[in-house]
Amino acid sequence: MEQVEDHAIEVGTVQDLDGYQGALGGLTRREFLSYCTGVAATLGLSSMMGLRIAAAATAPARPPVIWLSAQECTGCTESLLRAYHPTLETLILDMISLDYHEALCAGAGHQAEAYRAQSMKANWGKYILVVDGSIPTKDGGIYCMVAGRPILETVREAAEGAAVIIGIGSCASWGGIPSSDPNPTGAQSVHAVLPGKTVVNIPGCPPNPYNFLSTVLYLLTFGKPPELDSKNRPRFAYGRLIHENCERRPHFDAGRFALEFGDFGHRQGFCLYKIGCKGPETYANCPAIGFGDVGEGNWPVGIGHPCFGCTEEGVGFTKPLHALSRVKTYAPPTAFPAVDATKGEGVTPAAVAIIAGAAGLAVGAGAMALRGMDGKDESAAGSSHDSER
Amino acid sequence: MTRITIDPITRIEGHLRIDCEVDNGKVTKAWSSGQMWRGIETILKGRDPRDAWLFAQRICGVCTTVHAIVSVRTVENALGLEVPLNAQYIRNMMITAHGIHDHIVHFYQLTALDWVDIVSALSASPEAAAKLGATLSPDYPHNSLPEIRKIQEKLKAFVGTGQLGVFASGYWGHPAMKLPPEVNLLAATHYLQALEYQRTANRIVAILGGKTPHIQNLAVGGVANPINPDSQSTLTLERLYAIKTEIDKLGEFVNGALLPDVAAVGALYADWTGHGAGITDYLSVPDLPLDSKGTQFALPGGYIAKGDLSSFKPITSYQDGYFRDGVKESVKHAWYEYQGGDGARHPYDGQTNPHHTAFQDDGKYSWVKAPTFYNQRVQVGPLANVLAMVAAGHEPTQRHLKRVLDIASTVAGTPIPVAALHSTIGRIAARAVRCAVLLESLQNQWQLLVNNIAKGDFDTFNRPVFPKGENRGFGYHEAPRGVLSHWIVIENGKIKNYQAVVPSTWNAGPRDDADSMGPYEASLVDNPVANPELPLEVLRTVHSFDPCLACAVHLVDADNQPIVRVKAF
Repeated sequence: MEQVEDHAIEVGTVQDLDGYQGALGGLTRREFLSYCTGVAATLGLSSMMGLRIAAAATAPARPPVIWLSAQECTGCTESLLRAYHPTLETLILDMISLDYHEALCAGAGHQAEAYRAQSMKANWGKYILVVDGSIPTKDGGIYCMVAGRPILETVREAAEGAAVIIGIGSCASWGGIPSSDPNPTGAQSVHAVLPGKTVVNIPGCPPNPYNFLSTVLYLLTFGKPPELDSKNRPRFAYGRLIHENCERRPHFDAGRFALEFGDFGHRQGFCLYKIGCKGPETYANCPAIGFGDVGEGNWPVGIGHPCFGCTEEGVGFTKPLHALSRVKTYAPPTAFPAVDATKGEGVTPAAVAIIAGAAGLAVGAGAMALRGMDGKDESAAGSSHDSER
Repeated sequence: MTRITIDPITRIEGHLRIDCEVDNGKVTKAWSSGQMWRGIETILKGRDPRDAWLFAQRICGVCTTVHAIVSVRTVENALGLEVPLNAQYIRNMMITAHGIHDHIVHFYQLTALDWVDIVSALSASPEAAAKLGATLSPDYPHNSLPEIRKIQEKLKAFVGTGQLGVFASGYWGHPAMKLPPEVNLLAATHYLQALEYQRTANRIVAILGGKTPHIQNLAVGGVANPINPDSQSTLTLERLYAIKTEIDKLGEFVNGALLPDVAAVGALYADWTGHGAGITDYLSVPDLPLDSKGTQFALPGGYIAKGDLSSFKPITSYQDGYFRDGVKESVKHAWYEYQGGDGARHPYDGQTNPHHTAFQDDGKYSWVKAPTFYNQRVQVGPLANVLAMVAAGHEPTQRHLKRVLDIASTVAGTPIPVAALHSTIGRIAARAVRCAVLLESLQNQWQLLVNNIAKGDFDTFNRPVFPKGENRGFGYHEAPRGVLSHWIVIENGKIKNYQAVVPSTWNAGPRDDADSMGPYEASLVDNPVANPELPLEVLRTVHSFDPCLACAVHLVDADNQPIVRVKAF
């Protein structure tokens, strides 16, 4: 402990929070310092460490994070255990201060709850709130009770003091599996129970851990949330359909399909569309970054199973696995330049436009908009090569 | 008499509340209460049975994989559908790799902080810790002085920031913390290293499952992994040897660090072999099927009465009537009502109509139902499984158990018998033993798969066919937390009823029809509590079960009312 304590700390560095709304829970500065030294004593640490805890609580070097768990399965947290860059330990030891997380807190019951309350008060307006799980709203929220109260109340209270709110997983983002028909508990997304607040959604069941981690890294690097689409999903992760980056896309375009697990096409790595792949209507970066850090092509479609649309409301946990997806893009091979185009001339933009226009009419898509890949306008169509934003 | 309410219990999956009455430093009464409910089985009604595993897997993200595996087994059982050998081996590899990850994380990340004082580790001598490591785990390559010193410096720097995060609320310096500083430091070192090895185990699951948590390579009738050694985008030899490399890496930690750590910590807390036995009727099921029908298994399982290994009665196949007919669930003390009589019901006839009340000590107080096996409460989990495997004469289990007991006896300076396993510390020790057994099984399953492919068998899938009329089936799995079973009624190709009877339901359940306590509750009685304000000892016993509450709380709605569904198409 000597190394820890030999940096003397100025009591004066503890910021004066007496006038700060919600701060210190009505404690005077002296009472707050007393509380912190009490925390230190509980931990078997010196009173000097108590002052350091007080200083850190009011001027944190690592941004405080309050993680609340509602109707969840802990899969989102488990996904972070699988991450390599950064690892979970790097995240919570070096990058953020994870002040509350039910599955990870060393202390239980009122010890954990008291520390959460203290952190929220000391960092009111400054902490990052993360919520996993959907929020049950039926019957007064009794279907998820933590510390004797509905999680609905705790989430609403914590949201008031949050600088940024992140909903991790499909449950938090759009209701996920608990909200599937007939939605027995009135499960809703986090943003649905926080009217007027912006919730950064990281859907997926669970999401790729890097989609969450990169959002946090973005916040730490740029001091603001990443660019979001109309469903408040970061564009860097959800800006493209799976279908657009899928390595099996050429098989789709060429009409080579697996029809059943283990058949000839399946064992040739053909497109899984006809087994029910929802990649054509699901926005996510699964093919671009993969899962597990185990090499190229490691994601569900890559190993032979159709995407079932876990990130996408109205697709995942809604459409049957083996039902055909609604293809949001189409691939008009006729719009590609011909391989035998006259040398030196190539294909003119006008020619492409004419052909593309014809193709657009052919599929009944009146607007050949260059948007439509961003999840904002689901009626807009366009193929990936002409939709670069 | 003091009443303690611990809500939430942390370092578990899900939302659990534990209430205890404490008198003269001991627990006299205990209540275990699940606090969250989603209704996944209700959501499953009317859907395609081929989709059930995708939903059921989301019962839990810690027990990810396991509900998916048992769900496809359940539908296959209802259809009488056999599973190709390659698919069995691939499933078995995911089961074992996931189980290894789960057991590692449970010991180090979830339960160790009940026994290991991280703050004490800060002031320990790294030299003493390195010396201890060399003695205790000579085969483990990461106990060097520089490594231990580096980790101690990292922890000191972390504490020095004053931002203690999730560690701030720990029970550091609690009088029940008794490990010498160098043991605390060695354990803290392995705490951080364990994070790397659990990732290693997950890489295996990810390669086969496409992702983890929540694998996506299953199918009713097999797996979705195509095998074609002469094509890309399939389970190629390159992929198989990527797995082999990870398996080999796991061995150094499981055998080198986990087993000796658990044995040593157990020996230094030998008094805890006298606490927390609770219910000593044990139930486990066989797993890792070795044939397409599920009649031969690599790991045995069965029932043991009153802790007496000679009473072992094996469960032998996926058609086992002894298991199928013994399971019932009671709701007398759970927040549900049964229409047409509140007596305990078999899962096929089960129903769940939520009926929330206040927390009633003598009435209803939990979202978890109370399962019974032939009307008896049973304990499930790695301890039940290890005892069954020992009773069945499973050589690897006997060997790894002997190793743990030998190390513990040496550290304690007194022989520690098998009977010591009926305890809080015994549950933790058994989990480590099972982890070593799973690793050996994983190696075997990998070899079986490679050998079978080498023979030219590339089959991975048998197409399910759903007949008209009603089909019932059940499936079981020895999951990391114990016996897991799913039960299905299929009518005309659609799910009519679905139920999961889950390990944490067996263990965390409230009192039953006969007002008998569940395993958590029974194990807490007589548990010491030095300071009711800091009930660390209660957490030790509760955590020794590795609670998983998302799993434990489930729902069957068997009111036979057709559910009107509004689908996207």
